Amino acid sequence: MVKDQEYLNSIASQTIEYSKKLGATDVNVEVIHSISETVNLRNKQLDESNRSDSFAIGITTYINKKKSTISSSNLSKDNIKILTERCIETAKITPDDEFNSLPDKELMAKDFESLDLYDEFHVPNNKKIDILKEAEEAASKETKIINTETDFTENKSNFVLANSNGFINGYKTSNFNISCVAVAKKDSQMERDYDFTSKRHFSDLISPKNVGESAAANTVKKLDPKKIKSEKIGIVFDKKISKGILNVLSSAISAGAISRGTSFLKNKIGEEIFPKSLNVIDDPKIKKGLGSKNFDSEGVETNNLKLIENGVLKSYLVDTYYGKKLNLKSNGRCGGTSNLYFENGSMPLEKLLKSSKKNLYITETIGHGTNLVTGDYSVGANGFMVENGEFIYPVSEITIAGNFKEIFKNITLANDLEFKYSTNAPTLLVEGMIVAGR
Amino acid sequence: MSNFFKNSDLDNIKAESIVSDTLNNCDDGELYLENSKSESILLDDNKIKNSSYSSDLGYGFRAITGEVVAYSHSNDISKDSILKSSENLKDTLKSKKGTYNHEIPKSNKKYYEDLNPIEEKSQNSKIKILNEVNNYIRSKGDMVSQVTASFLGEHKEIEIIRSNSEVLKDIRPLVRFNVSVVLEKNGKKETGVYGIGGRQSYDEYLKNENWKHVCDEAFRIADVNLKSKPAPAGEMKVVLGPGWPAILIHEAIGHGLEGDFNRKKTSAFHNLMGQRVASDGVTIVDDGTLNLRRGSLTIDDEGTPTENTVLIENGILKNFMQDRLNARLMNTKSTGSGRRESYKHVVLPRMRNTMMLSGKYSQDEMIKSVDKGIFAVSFGGGQVDITSGKFVFNCTEAYEINNGKIGYPIKGATLIGDGPSILKEVSMVGNDMKLDPGIGTCGKAGQGVPVGVAQPSILINKMTVGGTQL
Repeated sequence: MVKDQEYLNSIASQTIEYSKKLGATDVNVEVIHSISETVNLRNKQLDESNRSDSFAIGITTYINKKKSTISSSNLSKDNIKILTERCIETAKITPDDEFNSLPDKELMAKDFESLDLYDEFHVPNNKKIDILKEAEEAASKETKIINTETDFTENKSNFVLANSNGFINGYKTSNFNISCVAVAKKDSQMERDYDFTSKRHFSDLISPKNVGESAAANTVKKLDPKKIKSEKIGIVFDKKISKGILNVLSSAISAGAISRGTSFLKNKIGEEIFPKSLNVIDDPKIKKGLGSKNFDSEGVETNNLKLIENGVLKSYLVDTYYGKKLNLKSNGRCGGTSNLYFENGSMPLEKLLKSSKKNLYITETIGHGTNLVTGDYSVGANGFMVENGEFIYPVSEITIAGNFKEIFKNITLANDLEFKYSTNAPTLLVEGMIVAGR
Repeated sequence: MSNFFKNSDLDNIKAESIVSDTLNNCDDGELYLENSKSESILLDDNKIKNSSYSSDLGYGFRAITGEVVAYSHSNDISKDSILKSSENLKDTLKSKKGTYNHEIPKSNKKYYEDLNPIEEKSQNSKIKILNEVNNYIRSKGDMVSQVTASFLGEHKEIEIIRSNSEVLKDIRPLVRFNVSVVLEKNGKKETGVYGIGGRQSYDEYLKNENWKHVCDEAFRIADVNLKSKPAPAGEMKVVLGPGWPAILIHEAIGHGLEGDFNRKKTSAFHNLMGQRVASDGVTIVDDGTLNLRRGSLTIDDEGTPTENTVLIENGILKNFMQDRLNARLMNTKSTGSGRRESYKHVVLPRMRNTMMLSGKYSQDEMIKSVDKGIFAVSFGGGQVDITSGKFVFNCTEAYEINNGKIGYPIKGATLIGDGPSILKEVSMVGNDMKLDPGIGTCGKAGQGVPVGVAQPSILINKMTVGGTQL
């Protein structure tokens, strides 16, 4: 069982009290306890079981405009005392920074509605094994599948966030995750792909059979890929990766990147950076949402935020420190976005695929080829050649490249949005990207 | 060496008896104890932005029988907690019976000193250097729009208790000094990053104003990129510079030669042992025994002393990298490659310092032999799909080559290739092998571990460059 609120509260309160006694003018403390149990199967046999029981404490002490942070996994009173002392000593010799401060009191979260993020239900390991066997049996029905690996992770955690302005709150969350990775072989060539389901509540998971079947189907489709010629072509991003475009957006509009001048979207507020029909929303209050939260990592109230409205950039993601620097109020995005998504498009997928005679449908990208300073993008990729809306053959060992300033402007969304991750986008088409191949 | 049971109701003898009792009927396993301290001091935007310290103490209890691994970890080093883990392991393996393998090689060689880099240098002196770094780079001109510099230090003590009271210990220092510069000129912005580090005190890296060299490199790379033109798209010849570009080897073949993927037959290399996988003259080793290097280890995280493992000799595949589990299941010996990020993670076979050894050509000869291609000097990161063998890595400093001459710098681009075949495309191996500056972290299954790479300049006949110019 994860520790209750009372236990975590008392550690947080004692730490704040002790820090103040040692001379801290402000203090922020977070205490977390999480228990995670994972079972892995390989080819229908138990491969690994893993139980993790871990505590963490993070202490930030301020002495006026001086600040220092400390973290530890050891919650013993003695250790917390030693660490707090060290934290204060370090703060004392750290230079002043005029923007260091706790969040403004009036911005702190006050309403704590239940977001239904915790499911008490416990799945014993033998039940986990049965579930995974079901997934692997479904996957290995495909004769070309030569290896299956699955895992089931159940994670329960509880946390408390407290500061010396009197804020103290936290709640339990849970997560259940089933994933299946399959390897298919034809002649001497192998391919690998996966599928998964991840939910706050056990009963919301999709069936293991579906996960297994879809992992196998994704994998077998990739066999016998071709390397295509370099060309300029429309790229369709599968839902597995289309959300990546939103991750680039959110990194580029974080107040930190804007204030430091290291974002290609600096000074773009009020400008049309996407087509007029596009809206991007960050909604922290979705019931059972994988990214849902009542407040950000500083305790600031998080509300629904329309980041892009009719293609226009409306706001940055603002925390307290960089907000003060940019003269903006925190909008509760310290630690990033919550449930970020493109509002659903209007075009059926079949029509999107037929938008040109030839499109390249990408299911996977590899590498970290995004330059947030310039917006330049170049990554390895694989997927399928699509002609007249039909999948013709798998494609691999190619790269796709462009610049996000243009990529954003050339997006067309399909109408197949679903909420599988914390950041979600429908399948989308980007016209005019460059593929490098043969 | 700290006493892991100092504040607990256990002592070594009691803990050893729980370990022996738990692992009696297993093939292998251990209680791994870890006490790590780390610090990070960051200067950004003209200010000391962050000064943080972290201390982590915990254990990971592992039992293995056959192919099944049972693992339980916690940061509560107490009798209750360890007994609970023990129950958990026994429960997972209750239907299996194994024979404990007591054999573990011994060595008294050490590749780094028992020192704590965090405490060896005062906070004030670290802050002072970061401020000097900032002033030094900003004095290079108005074009400097951002400077970020950081110290990262770590001190990790580990103790491994195996069945029958066998105890193995190691103390591992690790530091890293990093500088990132953003330059802006005529509305164009570019970044340059450089860093150094390894398993010794900060001062070894900073002495004789060596930190200026790190600043100069970061500035130079950003400056080169300001002049860059869009990169070409398509297949062409690629000359790689010596040192850090060896992440090509790490991605293209290193991961594919880790024991676990080969035992499971999911690596593109699993059936290529003894066969030609690279051109003649290509020799690649994975060496854990280099003094003070970032990827070096006196013993691995299972207690096995590390070694210099020959992976590919003159183009022929000779060995995989093994931890104890995969070695046993593949009827071979551990190569001292069993590593974990921390006590929270299971052991996996991992790379240490992966190196291609020198050949006979000069870099000049390589460049002169290329009509049209690119010369890549510096890289960001890379990634590989070990099953299909496809890998990528991102250039951060590269130039076009035209008619045997180095031309304009080109924008950062991803290079993609096929692991099992790329080394057969290596047509010249340089005589200028160089180690990387000590900044690499390798990720696998969600675990990051420090690694090193090295290589001479090499010429690759054909690779796909992911630029935008058709």
